[in-house]
Amino acid sequence: MDITELTVHELQDKIKSKELTVSEITEAYLNRINDKEPEIDAFITVLKEEALAKSKEIEEKIGNGEIQSEYAGIPIGIKDNICTKGVKTTCASKMLENFVSPYDATVVENLNNEGLINLGKLNMDEFAMGSSTENSAIKKTKNPWNLNTVPGGSSGGSAAAVAAGLVPWALGSDTGGSIRQPASFCGVVGLKPTYGLVSRYGLVAYASSLDQIGTLTKDVKDSAMLLNLIAGHDERDSTSMDKPKIDYTEALKNDVKGLKIAVPKEFYGEGINAEVKQKLQEAIEKYKELGATVEEVSLDIAEYSLAAYYIIACAEASSNLGRFDGIRYGYRAKDCKDLKDIYIKSRSEGFGAEVKRRIILGTYVLSSGYYDAYYKKAQKVRTAITNKFEKVFADYDVILVPTSPVVAFEFGSKSNPLEMYLSDICTVSVNVAGLPGISVPCGVDSNGMPIGMQLIGNKFQESTILNAAYTYEQATNFRAKYKPQFKK
Amino acid sequence: MERSDYEVVIGLEVHAELSTKTKIFCSCPAEFGGDPNTHCCPVCMAMPGALPVLNEKVVEYAVKAGLATNCTISKNSKNDRKNYFYPDTPRAYQISQFDRPLCENGYVEIEDDEGNPKKVRLLRIHIEDDAGKLNHDEFGGGSLVDFNRAGVPLIESVSMPDLRSAGEAERYLKKLKSIFEYIEVSDCKMQEGSFRADVNVSVRKKGAKEFGTRTEMKNMSSFRSIVRAIEYEANRQIEVIENGGVIKQTSLRWDDVSGKTFQMRNKEDAQDYRYFPEPDLVAIRLSDEYIQNIKDNLPELPESRKERYMSEYSLSEKDARLITASKHLSDLFEKTKDICGNAKLSANWILSDISRILNEEEMEPDQIPFTAEQLGKMICLIENGTISSAIGKKVLTELFENPNDPEVIVKEKGWIQISDEGAIKEVVMQILEANPQSIADFKAGKDRALGFLVGQAMKATKGKANPQMLNKMFLEELNK
Repeated sequence: MDITELTVHELQDKIKSKELTVSEITEAYLNRINDKEPEIDAFITVLKEEALAKSKEIEEKIGNGEIQSEYAGIPIGIKDNICTKGVKTTCASKMLENFVSPYDATVVENLNNEGLINLGKLNMDEFAMGSSTENSAIKKTKNPWNLNTVPGGSSGGSAAAVAAGLVPWALGSDTGGSIRQPASFCGVVGLKPTYGLVSRYGLVAYASSLDQIGTLTKDVKDSAMLLNLIAGHDERDSTSMDKPKIDYTEALKNDVKGLKIAVPKEFYGEGINAEVKQKLQEAIEKYKELGATVEEVSLDIAEYSLAAYYIIACAEASSNLGRFDGIRYGYRAKDCKDLKDIYIKSRSEGFGAEVKRRIILGTYVLSSGYYDAYYKKAQKVRTAITNKFEKVFADYDVILVPTSPVVAFEFGSKSNPLEMYLSDICTVSVNVAGLPGISVPCGVDSNGMPIGMQLIGNKFQESTILNAAYTYEQATNFRAKYKPQFKK
Repeated sequence: MERSDYEVVIGLEVHAELSTKTKIFCSCPAEFGGDPNTHCCPVCMAMPGALPVLNEKVVEYAVKAGLATNCTISKNSKNDRKNYFYPDTPRAYQISQFDRPLCENGYVEIEDDEGNPKKVRLLRIHIEDDAGKLNHDEFGGGSLVDFNRAGVPLIESVSMPDLRSAGEAERYLKKLKSIFEYIEVSDCKMQEGSFRADVNVSVRKKGAKEFGTRTEMKNMSSFRSIVRAIEYEANRQIEVIENGGVIKQTSLRWDDVSGKTFQMRNKEDAQDYRYFPEPDLVAIRLSDEYIQNIKDNLPELPESRKERYMSEYSLSEKDARLITASKHLSDLFEKTKDICGNAKLSANWILSDISRILNEEEMEPDQIPFTAEQLGKMICLIENGTISSAIGKKVLTELFENPNDPEVIVKEKGWIQISDEGAIKEVVMQILEANPQSIADFKAGKDRALGFLVGQAMKATKGKANPQMLNKMFLEELNK
């Protein structure tokens, strides 16, 4: 038995049946990290000693009944833009390369309360800006299916780590597709919850009105379980919704009979890779087979979403990243002659090219004289997109679209930023409308690279998309058929 | 043209720190002072990932302020980010309100220079957070930032350019301060910076319809410096115009020592704050019930107290106005009269001797060191004849310097009034013996001689002799 191939619910079963101890699990993961991390480079920080010590401590506490949580001793990896007390939180930026957060994000607190073990902090595009993790200032994470291709982004480290078995599951964040697209590239399940379901307190903000913490897991059941751990109202985040707690695993009925699925034809048109389209078609057929109703609808929002997304996200980012000024923490340039010099040099040297590009773009669209034409217009488009989704959800339960128009691409192949922005075309509208979306593997292309399909639900209907994803997954069993090959 | 051919136009932006227990977006204490950076947390230090949560008390206090200044309260308001870089602003943006302030279109009533009532319109009152404090050069050339003040809630009250003199501006500010004190939303201590005003000044020829170009002045830390700054700046502008120059819209820093304004290095007007709605906070929605409830529970305002003092205690309009101008004086008056049972005397002491000392010492009423109990007791001591009014003044001086129970003070100082007939008689006889000329004068019909003799006796007893008894006894002796 390879422990690192098991899902979390399988690990739980083995802990319960005493086949495995929690320290054995952590050790197995640390060995796997030792073994495979040099090839993948998913981690910015590996917490080897800390994880071992914690697993021993947890094992003892389980033994004497101090901890009852069924998640006690389960390892996890955390994207490096989620604050962890006493551990570096770098956002994969030179700006925060040595930044140690003085507090835990709410989600991290939740995990700690349940006794999970943090294996380390995972690589990403700098400040979550990017779709390939190539924008990390720290390292280049490789896609475990083909080491010459990107893992997607911005949660590339999280997706690659789960795919390569370096962590059983991971937290990511998704502002425009940053969980779903890398999940699709790495053949894992990625869930972006409804805006407001998971607290953002402690998530280093990229675009506050779009950011949402979510899960990267081996299968859908693990997604539901991890969502159980992180979802819920938080007084420290005003945008987090006060809703009664739900057990999302109860939604997994393995039954989609009567489920109404909408297939918006605009998401299957030009620019979508033929093999991706093919796999999506097969998924549609599978759903029909399973008893769901699938109908084609019109939802012509993709292009507008992308434009609105980049305006809103960059505007918010330009403001959110102002705090990295070299004064209180983070990178400060040497030999500055005055205050202005500190600002200019520290920010010029501390931020990477893509971050600077978005700050400049965001500053521009908020400038007086341009605000109405860009930011205000984008907000109007945002409302229009939300309304269009609402119309579809009046008649359908789920929207089924590709997660990404393409499969994982080679390093350096998208040097034009606009081309890179287009990889988000299938995912951004979900963030713009604040909806939940899940990417589930639905096959591989002729090169053996995974393809993901995306199920979009109405607000706070995570249960619906989780069940739809789960039912498909049970019927197709991607994990049994395909495994990452670490192809060089 | 003459100075008197010009009219000064003034508008004020007043920042008042709210006296809530905690800061506006986190639960750190909002109180003044503390060792540097001890009232801080990830939120007010703007650590990565920290989020603001709006303190509901701040909304309540701002609504109170709006209602007390006759504003319309917005039922649907929001917060906006005002972006700029400065080390005292840790997020690099202030969370303020841009196009939907909590309170709009109010007014405050003052007296104009002729003593006629005048309404000064308030454009808006909005909520925002205060910045930290920079301490320059204390540690060898560098600057240190103290974030204790960062996140302390502020209301900014913006007046219309309705004021026409430095005096009006001063009265408006004092009125606004007193309203905020009455409704207990701010302690308005100028010396601690919890009540600050930026002044917009322009001049125009009398009768002109258009406003002149305005300049904005900052850094005035007392009413006096605000008045001086306005007068200085108005004169400067008139001089520029008279010499054929043009006024440039700009921000000026007032320097209290030199009594001049200086161009600020930071050209505020060139700044583009890139306001946009704060995505980390939700809209502020207030129900009619919420607003009504605050309205119903608003404390008594100065106007109403003034009316009451006139009708209940027969104070003159002027006295009632002067006392109610300050909540501290008004509170002192109410408690003092309850203790001594004499409203008239209480008012007299407050308006004459106490106000005089405050003036001389350049103190604000909130700096009065003694309690109403002490003042009330002192008035009782005068009323029951234990001390004379003259001694009362000495007790009051003592209360300002070393506040204590007046009974203890007069005992310790030996100031108890001499009312013993024998002792008074002895003094009277001594004085008469020493002043034969006065006796002759009195007998010759010069009544003033009596006053002189009484004065001499008071002097001899260091003010302790009972003046009524002295008077009576001198008359008896002189008429013998």
